[in-house]
Amino acid sequence: MMHFLLLFSRQGRLRLQKWFTPTPEREKKKIIRDMTAMVLARKPKTCNFLHWMDQKVVYKRYASLFFCLAIDDQENELLALEILHRYVELLDKYFGNVCELDIIFNFEKAYFILDEFLIGGEVQETSKQTVARCIEASDMLQETMEEYMSKPAF
Amino acid sequence: MSPSVRLQEMIRVIRSARTQGEERGVIQRECAAIRAQFRQADNGGRSHNLAKLLYVHMLGYPAHFGQMECVRLIASPRYNEKRVGYLGAMMLLDENQDASLLITNSIKNDLAHSSQYVQSLALCTLACMGSAEMCRDLASEIDRLLRASSSYIKKKATLCAVHIVRKVPELGELFTPAARALLAEKNHGVLHGAVILITELCERNAQTLVQFREAVPELVHIMRGLVTSGYSPEHTVAGISDPFLQVRILRLLRILGRNNDTASDAMNDLLAQVATNTDSSKTAGSAVLYETVLTVMDIKSESGLRVLAVNILGRFLLNNDRNIRYISMTSLQKIVSTDHNAVQRHRGTIVDCLKDQDASVKRRALELSLALVSAINIRSMMKELLLFLSTCPPELKSHAASGIFNAAERYSPSQRWHIDTILHVLITAGADVRDETVPNLIQLITNASQLHCYTVHKLYRALVADISQQPLVQVACWCIGEYGDSLLQGECEETEPIQVTEDDILDALETVLQSHMSSPATRGFALTATMKLSTRITENVDRIRSIVSIYGSCMDVELQQRAVEYNALFKKYDHMRAAVLEKMPVMDRSSMGPTNGESGGGGVQELEPTKPKQPEMMVAPQPASQVCDLLDLLSDPDEPSLPGGPLGPGGGPLGPAGLMSGSAGGDLLYLLGGLELTPTPTPATAPAAVTVYDKSGVVLKLSCERPLDASQTITLTATNTSDHDISSLTLQAAVPKNVQLQMKAPSGDSLPARSSAVVTQTVLLNNPNK
Repeated sequence: MMHFLLLFSRQGRLRLQKWFTPTPEREKKKIIRDMTAMVLARKPKTCNFLHWMDQKVVYKRYASLFFCLAIDDQENELLALEILHRYVELLDKYFGNVCELDIIFNFEKAYFILDEFLIGGEVQETSKQTVARCIEASDMLQETMEEYMSKPAF
Repeated sequence: MSPSVRLQEMIRVIRSARTQGEERGVIQRECAAIRAQFRQADNGGRSHNLAKLLYVHMLGYPAHFGQMECVRLIASPRYNEKRVGYLGAMMLLDENQDASLLITNSIKNDLAHSSQYVQSLALCTLACMGSAEMCRDLASEIDRLLRASSSYIKKKATLCAVHIVRKVPELGELFTPAARALLAEKNHGVLHGAVILITELCERNAQTLVQFREAVPELVHIMRGLVTSGYSPEHTVAGISDPFLQVRILRLLRILGRNNDTASDAMNDLLAQVATNTDSSKTAGSAVLYETVLTVMDIKSESGLRVLAVNILGRFLLNNDRNIRYISMTSLQKIVSTDHNAVQRHRGTIVDCLKDQDASVKRRALELSLALVSAINIRSMMKELLLFLSTCPPELKSHAASGIFNAAERYSPSQRWHIDTILHVLITAGADVRDETVPNLIQLITNASQLHCYTVHKLYRALVADISQQPLVQVACWCIGEYGDSLLQGECEETEPIQVTEDDILDALETVLQSHMSSPATRGFALTATMKLSTRITENVDRIRSIVSIYGSCMDVELQQRAVEYNALFKKYDHMRAAVLEKMPVMDRSSMGPTNGESGGGGVQELEPTKPKQPEMMVAPQPASQVCDLLDLLSDPDEPSLPGGPLGPGGGPLGPAGLMSGSAGGDLLYLLGGLELTPTPTPATAPAAVTVYDKSGVVLKLSCERPLDASQTITLTATNTSDHDISSLTLQAAVPKNVQLQMKAPSGDSLPARSSAVVTQTVLLNNPNK
């Protein structure tokens, strides 16, 4: 199972954090600091896997963002790389040529997309189109609610 | 203005803050506004306020005051508020917070909501942060959803069930029937979740595992369908149909087939098919192949399949992608013990990976290379490993050094090769070797008696070249001290002889003594070596005397003590000097550690007392002989400063005895008061009672036993054959600091005349360091 997913920029600013195991606040901050330090210290031509405590950390850099995923020791690391790639593809499809600013200003949407793709530390839907369709439908539901709310009441 | 723009506006303002202080100010103002808004009654912007708070939380600022707002928003009937509320719950609430229990009821209601998107929010939140109590409360709801709902909800409910099983394993039985039924689903999402659920159930419960073994044919059928199906726009990634599902099914098959022949047989064909048909040019295919290899190695597969798997790993080793090389080495590491020969075939590639740029790949290659060393390839492997040692990153050096030593010890083709290898390692990576290397090497050298000349020449050259590597310098000093005469003779068959004069040797040792790079232990070695040379060389004995006397006032206590003792050896005991500084005998491995159970005196001649005391006649012999016996216990195998280790059995070596007593505590010497004990030859087997005092009819005997490995029992037996009674007989004993002494009560304190009665007393000695 996956333990956490972190997105951070090259300067170490956190853009998204998803924790799949209960962790105290202080511990979370420490882990974020450690992860950022470890991943940013890696040279460019090294492999994408790290060992950290009793877990494996799989990271990949997409443009200016580092995607960092911690998995159990017996999980398949190559598949974890595929999972990161799939998430980026979903973001790309939703935002259209996604960049870091999109994720900064629409962070809650990034979370919603993640919640349609992963649940409880596991992949829930393996089809890109299905995930995209579900997000659209939820967005539609939200918009109609908002429209309804902002209509003047006569 | 729509409220969501306000959120983005806030983000823009925060980002444009130029300093940390400015940012903090902005955020504090915003948080105050948010808190005020939370206190107000329901307004349209609640969700956006919470979203703003979540952003601030992600930047690292405290946001706990938003927890109750999350609870309120989750209970709201509006979808957008629920959505943000649940998001907040997943970010701010976890099972350690008390407020998390408050949302249980909302989740329960939402699980039965008419809209599937609301249901999905509740399921997602429960799977993310559900505590054990919440899971117990809602398990039956989840089970209901598992059976009868749309596939959209089923797949989420399945993963929610996985979370419940992880948190509360007893509830696994609740989900087992539903899980079995889910395998018949066509929807990949549901199937994926079902496979994960079954994996989780089987890992936790052995009976469930047996039950699900019957599902192996079904799983094989699904997998075969995936492998042979053509392109599907929904699921194909880089030519592989749904790699996520394939990997999960393979993992489940691995768990089901482990230790079970029938299940493994059923999978053999499928695994062979997957292994041959999967295209591994992209990561997705490699992921599936990797999982296949892991499965093949773990179940009871036939040998042809295993060879196929190892060959796949071998192919991976040649792949351009660094990640794939790394994981193939990790897998090879796991199977090198079971399928050694198959892995040996790829030895060349593995050794090449030692030169890779990546530190993690290097580390893996090193471990694998060390595991692949065998008697046949030892010479070529060692060449590569030594080359690696000279260029490897510092964090791997000590691991590489100890690995090389182990390999050399197990497989060295000749003693000379062995010594050469160790020397090479010491020269290249001397600072990173472990402490026991020095005594091990010394022992090796003494055992290779025909190579003494060669060794000492090599070491002398190395010493002259570089005195910064402490282990090397220590060994070199010891060898020069022992075999300095061979060095001076100048001839040696195995290596080029060099012309060395006595002054050169003494110069070298003096450099070591005076250099600030030498550690105190090294200095000790050098001083002792200088002293030993006084019997090996003829002309410069005065120089040695002067060196030794200089160090008699050294600041370092250890050096000072040694120097003072050697000075005394020159002055008062010159007649004994030759005997004391004789060559060491061949040591065998067991005498490096705790000496075996002999105790009859230990055969040691004690030396220079510095302050001759006149102990009481009765008492004196006992501590003296106890000192001999104690010295057996004193040998500490991890002392690097002892050149040549502990007391060996046998009356020959007196040199180490002197040094031993020197380092073990000067108080031993004080007890002796000038006594000389006859060295008794050590019986290697049963301890005999030793008569330590026999005068005027009073006979004192000490017998030693070693009931446990680290402790020794000494029994004093006193008999009186004279005509007088002896009263107030007391036994006093002193031990060095690291030995524990326990004296039992004597049987009496008076010895009646004419052997009418015997007094016995028992003393227990324990050396915890032994």
